[in-house]
Amino acid sequence: MERRTFLATAALATAAAGLSVPVAAQGKKAIIGVSIPSATHGFMGGLNWHAQETIKRLKATYPNLDFVLATAGAVGKQVNDIEDMMATRNIDALVVLPFESEPLTSPVKAVKEAGKWVTVVDRGLSQAGIEDLYVAGDNTAFGRVAGEYFKANLKSGQKIVVLRGIPTTLDNERVDAFKKAIEGSGIEILDMQHGNWNRDKAFSVMQDYLSKHKQIDAVWAADDDMAVGVLEAISQAGRQKEMWVVGGAGMKEIVKRIMDKDPQLPVDVTYPPALISTALEITALRFVSDTPVYGRFIIGSTLITPENAARFYFPNSPF
Amino acid sequence: MSDATLRPATGLHLPGLSALGPLLALILLVVLGAFLNDNFLSAGNVTNVLARSAFIGMIAVGMTFVITSGGLDLSVGSMAAFIAGVMILAMNALLPGMGVGVPLVLAGMAIALAVGLLAGLGNGLLVTKARIEPFIVTLGTMGIFRSLVTWLADGGTISLDFGVRQFYRPVYYSGLFGVAWPILVFAAVAIAGQIAMRHTRFGRYCEAIGSNDKVALYSAVNVDRIRLLTYVLLGLLVGLATIMYVPRLGSASGSTGMLWELEAIAAVIIGGTALKGGYGRVWGTVVGVLILSLIDNILNLADLVSPYLNGAIQGVIIVLAVVLQRGKSAA
Repeated sequence: MERRTFLATAALATAAAGLSVPVAAQGKKAIIGVSIPSATHGFMGGLNWHAQETIKRLKATYPNLDFVLATAGAVGKQVNDIEDMMATRNIDALVVLPFESEPLTSPVKAVKEAGKWVTVVDRGLSQAGIEDLYVAGDNTAFGRVAGEYFKANLKSGQKIVVLRGIPTTLDNERVDAFKKAIEGSGIEILDMQHGNWNRDKAFSVMQDYLSKHKQIDAVWAADDDMAVGVLEAISQAGRQKEMWVVGGAGMKEIVKRIMDKDPQLPVDVTYPPALISTALEITALRFVSDTPVYGRFIIGSTLITPENAARFYFPNSPF
Repeated sequence: MSDATLRPATGLHLPGLSALGPLLALILLVVLGAFLNDNFLSAGNVTNVLARSAFIGMIAVGMTFVITSGGLDLSVGSMAAFIAGVMILAMNALLPGMGVGVPLVLAGMAIALAVGLLAGLGNGLLVTKARIEPFIVTLGTMGIFRSLVTWLADGGTISLDFGVRQFYRPVYYSGLFGVAWPILVFAAVAIAGQIAMRHTRFGRYCEAIGSNDKVALYSAVNVDRIRLLTYVLLGLLVGLATIMYVPRLGSASGSTGMLWELEAIAAVIIGGTALKGGYGRVWGTVVGVLILSLIDNILNLADLVSPYLNGAIQGVIIVLAVVLQRGKSAA
């Protein structure tokens, strides 16, 4: 796009920094293709925002890098996007957050076989060893950290309800880890229904839980969007004093309420949408330096408490 | 056929039963629910189910007219999300000038209705003036509205200012004589819809156009104008549904109103309106909406099956409800 400024700045940057820049040294800009699902819910919205911000920053920092960003609303569209990137944009690397593991495996494998760098984000492919770099959140830790908090803060015999996400392996990993973490604590799980990571759905599921169960001591909403719907249903029933809620991900409104010591929201468990930034930054390093970046980078899930909440609060992000 | 259903029942094959099919299914569901859980008939649960049904319900009443006149509207779910987004943004923008109060809420409501009217007008004009199939027109606008709300929200969530929200909240959560507002508004819409379909020229024209638009045209019915009106009416009702929806959670996002169009269409068909047009039954639509909400509610209240199978149970009941009436009417 800004070819003239690129040539000037690229020359300047290489000359000034004297960096070892494999691609730029050949007088060519390295193009990194980025394929992510479109912003259909809060978490993906945050992820899209962080992707765009990071690309802006990386373009400014490394003039010899260019990015092609494509967002897809469905699996088929994502496969097409990746094929288009290969055919028409001649990408040097692909950073992909697969919509679903199975259908994306062979298209991404084809990219790898064409000799390109492949970074897979968050959802693994169904065949091992395709990607050069794997960056992901830790779903097991996400469930475990939440479970440990419940175990430490509830007595034996107390009752909880759980809202699950969209039925996926990712959701199963979280729920299994949660169940394992509270094992032996005597905490009783009254109900587990799917809220599909959606506010409206979570609102009606929680309304029904409240009609059905006289005693609920805590709710694992497992997602901050669902936590919003759950909290609204609880206040409609006037039962705010009876139970607390733990969401997940790190939505700014929820983090704010934890900062303000809301008794209904004692803690939150992170699963940062900014993990796409980690993937982009590390992939960029591959093209601007000799830093070895192949391997696996797992971002931990930690507990947001009133004490550390300020560190997780991004007021400008849409999520 | 509509005449046959009104005739007094005689013999074994009661003609009235075909129309009563969905009603029977509804009663069966209520009995099942009451049997499975003691709290099912509690005032709280009944209010929850009816209030939840209200959004889809108002939209489905409008959809009944569109389908009866031989049209279809796939854009209503996205339209609701878009209207909610615009309404919230407008109210947030007007807040500094107007302050929290009744005028601000009324302004928001007026904006919602205006946007709904324009959106419906757009759909209607594309169908009647540009002569494009309603399926294609509304498939297109469905994508447009959905993208627009995601864009307005920057991929995230549009939230109503906290103070306004607290003030506006009672529109969903409180009511008159213990009946929540959304239920009252839904009831009013349903009654008005039933009267319009059965006792006005507009309703009869809708059925005439749906059964044969050529004959309707030769009978001096202004086919395009009536068709246009059905889409505008539906747009207005989507606006009205949004007015009741926004105070519930005070937010809109790309996932707001997801699949509402299919729920509304399913409710209309379960209720006995012909998908190919020509015959509409507004009270049936109301029954259809209640059936859909009750299935969800009962599945949550009772641990009958694995939650993975909820969708399958819904599918079976929808098909059964329709088979029940078609089977009877064929006999």
